[in-house]
Amino acid sequence: MEANPQSENWPLWEVFIRARQGLDHKHAGSLYAADAQMALENARDVYTRRNEGISIWVVESKNIHASSPAESGEFFDPANDKVYRHPSFYILPEELKNI
Amino acid sequence: MDLLTNYILHQADNALILGHRNSEWTGHGPILEQDIAISNIALDLIGQARNFYQFAAYRLNELSPSEKITEDDLAYLRDEHEFKNFVLVEQPNGDWANTILRQFYFSSYQLLLFRELSNSPYPELAAICEKSIKEIRYHVKWSSEWVIRLGDGTEESHGRMLNAMQNLNPWIAELFQPVDFDYEADETEAGILPEILKDEWYQRVNRILETATLPTISSEKKSMQLLSGKKGVHSEYLEPLLAEMQVLQRTYPGSQW
Repeated sequence: MEANPQSENWPLWEVFIRARQGLDHKHAGSLYAADAQMALENARDVYTRRNEGISIWVVESKNIHASSPAESGEFFDPANDKVYRHPSFYILPEELKNI
Repeated sequence: MDLLTNYILHQADNALILGHRNSEWTGHGPILEQDIAISNIALDLIGQARNFYQFAAYRLNELSPSEKITEDDLAYLRDEHEFKNFVLVEQPNGDWANTILRQFYFSSYQLLLFRELSNSPYPELAAICEKSIKEIRYHVKWSSEWVIRLGDGTEESHGRMLNAMQNLNPWIAELFQPVDFDYEADETEAGILPEILKDEWYQRVNRILETATLPTISSEKKSMQLLSGKKGVHSEYLEPLLAEMQVLQRTYPGSQW
C-alpha cells in the first residue's frame, strides 16, 4: 500500500462495536473515511467480518476529548488512598450470598 | 451437458470471474479500508460461485454417475470457450471508478435476477439465491454510494466515471439477451428470461447515475455486439485471467490446500 495520502484528506474515525445484545459498545479501533456512512461501511468490513458485532457506532476522532497524560497526577492519584469510597465497609447479612 | 446445468454454470461463472477480478485488488486498494471492502466482496462472490458449482456438479454426477465431477473441476479445468460469464465481468479492473461501475452494473442485475430465482421450484437454486441476496444488497448499496461519491465528486473523479461508462456501457446489452439456456430455464420455470428485468434495471441504475450527476443510459440504444460471453465467445481479457487462476490446478492436478 502506498503512503497514506488519505490521512491528509479524510478524517479519522473511532469505531465502537456491540458484540451481543445487552452488552455495551466497546472501542474496536479507528479508520479513515470521507463521511459517516463510509465510516460505518468501512467499520463493517474492517471490524465485523468475523461476526464480531451486531451494532456499530462511529464518531469522528476530533470530537473525542481526552484527558491529558501530563495531568494524570492531579486527575487520578488523589483517588488512590481513599479506600472508604469503595462500598466494602458494610456488614452484610448472612442470607445475602451473591453480592 | 443439459441446458439447465448451463444456466447454473452461467451464474457460477459470473460470480467466480468477477470475484477473481475483485481479488486482484487485494493489497493494491486505494486505501486499506477499501482494499478490505473490495476483497470482502470478492469473497462473497467466490462463495456464491462455490454454491452454484457444487449444485452443477451434483446435477452432472446424477446424469452420468460414472463421472465424479467436483466444483474444482468446473472452476479450474474448463477452457475459455466453456465459460459462460458475461463479457462485462471479465473486463479488466482499470481504475477504481471502472471497478466500482462494473460492480454496480452487475450487482444491480444480480439483485433483480436472484429475487426472481429465489422463487424457483428448484429448491437448491432458490436457496442459493436467497442466501446470496443479503450480500448482494450490500454490494449494490456500497457500489451505488461510490458511484455517487465519484460522479458528484471532483472534476477528476467525474471524468474517471465518464471514462468507465465509456468502457463498460457496450457490455450492458448482453445482460438482457437470452440464449438457449435462458429459454430452457423459462420453459421449465426454473428461471426467467432476462428481458423481464430490463426496465427495472435501467430505472434503478439511472436513478443512481442521475444522483451522481452522470449521464443516464438508454435501453433503446442499439449495440453492435459480436461477443457473447454466455455462448462462450469472450473478449481478449478472459484467457489471461483463466491462465492465472487455473495454473495451479493444471500444473498439479488434484492438489489441495
